[in-house]
Amino acid sequence: MTVARILVAGAWLVATVGAYLTAVALHARARRHPFVNTVAIAVAILVPLLLVTHTPYADYAASARPISLLLGPATVALALPLHRSMATLKAAVKPVAAGLLAGVAASATSAVLIAGALGATRVTLRSLAPKSVTTPIAMAVSARIGGDASLTAVFVIVTGIVGAMVVPGLFRWVRIDDPRARGLAMGVAAHGLGTARAVALGATELSFAVLGMSLSAVVTPVLIPLAAQLFG
Amino acid sequence: MFPSLLLILLFDLAGEALSRFLHVPLPGPVVGMLLLFAALTFRERVAEALAPGGDLLLRWMALFFVPAGVGVMTQAQVLRAEWLPVSVALVASTLIGLGAGAGAFVLAARARR
Repeated sequence: MTVARILVAGAWLVATVGAYLTAVALHARARRHPFVNTVAIAVAILVPLLLVTHTPYADYAASARPISLLLGPATVALALPLHRSMATLKAAVKPVAAGLLAGVAASATSAVLIAGALGATRVTLRSLAPKSVTTPIAMAVSARIGGDASLTAVFVIVTGIVGAMVVPGLFRWVRIDDPRARGLAMGVAAHGLGTARAVALGATELSFAVLGMSLSAVVTPVLIPLAAQLFG
Repeated sequence: MFPSLLLILLFDLAGEALSRFLHVPLPGPVVGMLLLFAALTFRERVAEALAPGGDLLLRWMALFFVPAGVGVMTQAQVLRAEWLPVSVALVASTLIGLGAGAGAFVLAARARR
């Protein structure tokens, strides 16, 4: 019984890494087109596998835990690119503050207003509001303002994938070519996945994405509950 | 590479402990990152020592989001009932957030000169 369980857990680990490597290969074959998103493809491979094998998500999540656990050390490692471009960061304190506040406010407000206008329920709206910040914070904020934390976790991932897909095309379209502005916005509007995407774009993008992501993690748990209270 | 991974793991654990026992309203890994950042500021040499493991983790970071992404399947009901408002809101607000963040940065950078 226990041996069987360990084997099953090992199989899901292998399947997860395999799905991701397949996605990376497809991404490379598509000449790194951002629409061919590695996380989205890996998820699209794994979900049918779970359904076919009648595996509940909780069982899969327990098996894949060694992989999810690495998100902690990876987040810690973000201090390295942040440190490497300290000089550039210090020269842009005001623009960073402006981009941070505008990004956090615009993401949350537009998500709630658009979904509300299209008829989403109250719980869904409250689960949407904190979706741009990193998962643990988003889930905590969601629970606090009356949303559904697990629904928020899904919204956070989708937001990150969408953010990674539309960049840098969106920035070319609106003619923003400052790598600092691009990076900061990716960290603020698309948290860790936007930051992971910035690894491929450049050192300046990456360090400003890290800055945006971490500052948003500090500011969002203050701003969103406040706004939820003000606008009910 | 292994010593650097181990050191990063230690910062992660320290961040987790601080966040839990001192009730810092930030997740453990974010506290760990701030701790490591402070350490790097005081000890320049640590950055080089940590680079092999740290850069490896960053290169694979997207993989670590996959198990959470599979969680989409647990929300099938909500997504089936409200797919239109949810998908339009998620795509549009991400575009708006990216544009507003980057736009405000550029405007503020320009205003200073």
